[in-house]
Amino acid sequence: MLEIGLTHYLIVSALLFCLGFLALTIRRNAVLMLMGIELMLNSANINLIAFSRYQGLMLDGHVLALFVIILAAAEAAVALAIVLHIYRTHNTVEADRISSLKE
Amino acid sequence: MEQTILFYVFAALTVCSAAVVVFSRSVIYAAFSLLFTFLGVAGLYVLLSADFIAVAQIMVYIGGILILLVFGVMLTRNATDVEIRAGTLNTLPALAVATAIAAILIVVFTQARDDWMQVRNIPSIEGTSLELGELLLTTYILPFEVAGILLLVAVMGAALIARR
Repeated sequence: MLEIGLTHYLIVSALLFCLGFLALTIRRNAVLMLMGIELMLNSANINLIAFSRYQGLMLDGHVLALFVIILAAAEAAVALAIVLHIYRTHNTVEADRISSLKE
Repeated sequence: MEQTILFYVFAALTVCSAAVVVFSRSVIYAAFSLLFTFLGVAGLYVLLSADFIAVAQIMVYIGGILILLVFGVMLTRNATDVEIRAGTLNTLPALAVATAIAAILIVVFTQARDDWMQVRNIPSIEGTSLELGELLLTTYILPFEVAGILLLVAVMGAALIARR
């Protein structure tokens, strides 16, 4: 088996990004679309950490990844609140049935 | 050698459970499979000697975001529906686009410079937390404080939106 290099991590993160993109595009349930966004953020984080490691453990990439995690937490909280509010007004969380701007 | 095996285990765990998230018919199975995706990513962070980020990943993603998502799944369940509708839409075009993106990315990554493959001047690694903390409180002090304010505002906004 060959040595694990940067390319291996980048390929894993590319696959993860595409799966997140798929979840975002083909799913109708808003909560599942949010899960897709989390997958894409995770793949970006793998890239940041991998590049930081293969540049000789420069920690700036780690700081950036930490900020991405913070933003993901804030985004998840606000998005879930919006989804709950949509559920209360529309009685559904399917993205293709929420098409009205005003009741 | 163990690192190679561990890398493949964690990579397979990550990608396979992410595929379950995308294609599973039940929303709750997708949420639980997301748990294994986050665990796999945390394992990859450990292999990349990012100990603090790995712990933060487990605490924030599994302990926070995943719980939020599971609550979201359960609170948006329609009591009259027997099963949560989890159908897919436009599967074939989306699959084609995603495959194209994956192919382009993988070709670019594998054709790129060869010296990416080597770890450059491996320092003696005794945990990254000390250096990370120093960086956060010196070079990155302003973004750090702004992130704190952002979290406060996000929590207040989420509470306001959800209660209204």
